[in-house]
Amino acid sequence: MSIREDQSRFKDIVKGKVKENFRRFVTQGELIGKRENEFVKIPLPQIDIPNFRYGPKQQGGVGQGQGEPGQEAGEPGDGQGQAGSTPGEHLLEVEMSLDELADLLGEHLELPRIQPKGAKSLESLKTKYSGIAPVGPEGLRNFKQSYKKALKRYISSGIYNPKEPAIVPIRPDFRYRSFKKVVQPQTKAVVIYMMDVSGSMGDEQKEIVRLESFWINTWLKKHYRGLETRFIIHDAAAKEVDEDTFFRTSESGGTLISSAYKLAQQIIETDYPPQDWNIYPFHFSDGDNWSGEDTRLCVRMIKEFFIPNVNIFSYGQVESKYGSGQFLKDLQKDFPNEPGLTLSQIDSKDKILDSIKEFLGKGK
Amino acid sequence: MGILTPELERERVRILKAAEDFGLDCFETIFELVTYDQINQIAAYGGFPVRYPHWKFGMEYEHMSKSYEYGLSKIYEMVINNDPCYAYLMEGNMMMDQKLVMAHVFGHCDFFKNNIWFGKTNRKMMDQTANHAVRIRRYMDRYGYDTVESFVDICLSLENLIDRYSPYVEKTIVPKQPENRSENPLGLLRVDKPYMRDYINPPDFVQSQKQKAQDKNLAKQKFPETAEKDILKFLMHYAPLEDWQQDVLSIIRDEAYYYSPQGMTKTMNEGWASYWHSKIMTEKILDDSEIIDFADHHAGVMAMAPNGYNPYKVGIELMRDIEDRWNKGRFGREWESCDDIKERKNWDKKTNLGREKIFEVRKIHNDVTFIDQFLTEDFCVRNKMFVYKFDKKTNRWVIDTKDFKAIKQKLLFMMTNFGQPIIKVEDANFENRGELLLSHTHEGIDMQPDFMNETLKNVFKIWQRPVNLVTVMEGDGHLYRFDGQELVDKKISTSPSNV
Repeated sequence: MSIREDQSRFKDIVKGKVKENFRRFVTQGELIGKRENEFVKIPLPQIDIPNFRYGPKQQGGVGQGQGEPGQEAGEPGDGQGQAGSTPGEHLLEVEMSLDELADLLGEHLELPRIQPKGAKSLESLKTKYSGIAPVGPEGLRNFKQSYKKALKRYISSGIYNPKEPAIVPIRPDFRYRSFKKVVQPQTKAVVIYMMDVSGSMGDEQKEIVRLESFWINTWLKKHYRGLETRFIIHDAAAKEVDEDTFFRTSESGGTLISSAYKLAQQIIETDYPPQDWNIYPFHFSDGDNWSGEDTRLCVRMIKEFFIPNVNIFSYGQVESKYGSGQFLKDLQKDFPNEPGLTLSQIDSKDKILDSIKEFLGKGK
Repeated sequence: MGILTPELERERVRILKAAEDFGLDCFETIFELVTYDQINQIAAYGGFPVRYPHWKFGMEYEHMSKSYEYGLSKIYEMVINNDPCYAYLMEGNMMMDQKLVMAHVFGHCDFFKNNIWFGKTNRKMMDQTANHAVRIRRYMDRYGYDTVESFVDICLSLENLIDRYSPYVEKTIVPKQPENRSENPLGLLRVDKPYMRDYINPPDFVQSQKQKAQDKNLAKQKFPETAEKDILKFLMHYAPLEDWQQDVLSIIRDEAYYYSPQGMTKTMNEGWASYWHSKIMTEKILDDSEIIDFADHHAGVMAMAPNGYNPYKVGIELMRDIEDRWNKGRFGREWESCDDIKERKNWDKKTNLGREKIFEVRKIHNDVTFIDQFLTEDFCVRNKMFVYKFDKKTNRWVIDTKDFKAIKQKLLFMMTNFGQPIIKVEDANFENRGELLLSHTHEGIDMQPDFMNETLKNVFKIWQRPVNLVTVMEGDGHLYRFDGQELVDKKISTSPSNV
């Protein structure tokens, strides 16, 4: 029916609108709040055909019910109990799958597709029902097809009696669902988020990390089904937490970045053998580290453990009033041209998209 | 789409019989049994099975199917003004609902057929919309989907700029009088005695007559001579449009005029149909087991909200009120002039004209005249009506007043021009530059600025010369001018009428 055509046209327009305002959506947290499993609800300003109309606020109207002058009447709405011929005003909330969102992100930032590393060796067999066959186990007998076949036989052989339309199928009429085995290469991936929660990281900085990690997850999920995520927070010591705690915790005290790296290394070594897994460690901090000694330790760990074992190691430095931002400079000095490491400086929410581009732009 | 089940068919015949016994006079009414998905589609298409392709129908459909799937709303009834009338019943509704809908639909059909405001609508609209769809599709094939679609967007943005009363006015062309320049062009009084000349026609009178004649001449040069409310028609005739664009504009205009009486008679039409579904169901059709469900659903339809106007409720109550008043003779001079409360309360002249009266009302009135003539103070009090407004101080919507005059005025305002601003083409050669001048007849409510700006830009796209709009914003006169590049907002001191 032709409404489908109009509907898909409408959906295209919606997608266009989302695309137009993509930067705004990325930097606003409202998207993430509306996440439902695989879908995100995007509130859009009504896609409306403009016309000359009265502004609502001066207009008012006539209502019915209890109450005296001065009492609240409630937001004006459609007072009818029954749907009329004029549809009411409504804010448009469109649903978009994370997959589509990732496509938009990729398109907007011109992100290259990720080449999963070496995990092709891991393969799984899947059964896929794909057709109809004249032989098969009784459990897979397809009633409809068998009946059709029998009916055809009845009619073509002229024994079909409309007054008594009983059909008795015989062996050659039976049809069965058939399946074949499909080999699916399995790629596995894990993202390890590490964040500095020392006193100098404020709410604004954490919001930036939250938004970045949402978009990074969306993009990686598109390439790896069943993406796993792990969260590590650290100040002077590191511990593993769940997602909720990750974004809520605020500690005070010093910062030892190496503590987080050690924990990450431990997680990778125990749970994610690098030959089978695509591993993406992301570390966010404001760039303050306790001592030059610790920084040197971190550099050594990145060089010796992370770079050889993970797809890409990413460090994002969130601008804060208190942080010196020294860590980024140290890393830049030690790794001038290292393909296995990306560094990004995020000054404000507006820079989130650029920083995502830096992180994911290498296609690894 | 399916035909009715034998059970439904039996009920249809029964209900039709009951309706006809009450004196309803319907077009032949064809009921179709449809699934919820089909009814959503048909509703998105404004009641028709086929419409021209446009995303707004897709948006409506999306909205309706979502609301249905989430259980927020469901369409019970759908009927279109056509001969024969088509009405839709949803599969899986309970029997009582189906009967209720059928009774309600017969009320609408009778109204479509007999109310004079529907008299000028196209009764073969079912075919017409399909025809429109074919034409627009053909243009899409020829000129490109996007080109035609964006033009349809522009047309739809102007679709309310029609003259709702024009179909009912027989326009006759008054032949122009040949100019009689010789006799007395200034219209001076006759002077028999030359010495009386300055007394009979004093110089300042002569001057003012000269001025008037000049103004008249100017007005003749003005185009259009009198302001035109049917802006769509005006643009169709005078804007530099391609043939196909003109045709698309005419399609949108035709459909706008088709839907117009439904807006003009919403309260009456729903009131009439509700009056009859209630009457037919309770007196003829319902059996004992269904009465609770009926009462429940009927009450749902009639629910009053403090923040919204329910045309079903106001309509049915007014119809019943009229019937009651005319049954008891509560009308006419004697009734109006009676001040004795007790006497008024017990007033019953046993005139029994009620039924006859409401049939007359459904024939000749529209919402404006209906409310104007039959809304009474007693009625407003009894139905707990009030006016609400937005309180800027508290940022809330509050009850403003329960004063009868205010309620009536507000209702009439909402219904005049279907609650749309009145806008006219004032001048098509504004400032002698071929610019279009529109004027908004301001009646106390400003237009919504962002929509106004966008719409003005759309007018420009059709007129293809700068367009101007005179209106009032927050108490000051404004002239908005869009020249294709930027929108200029100029404050003007004079009132819009004498620009």
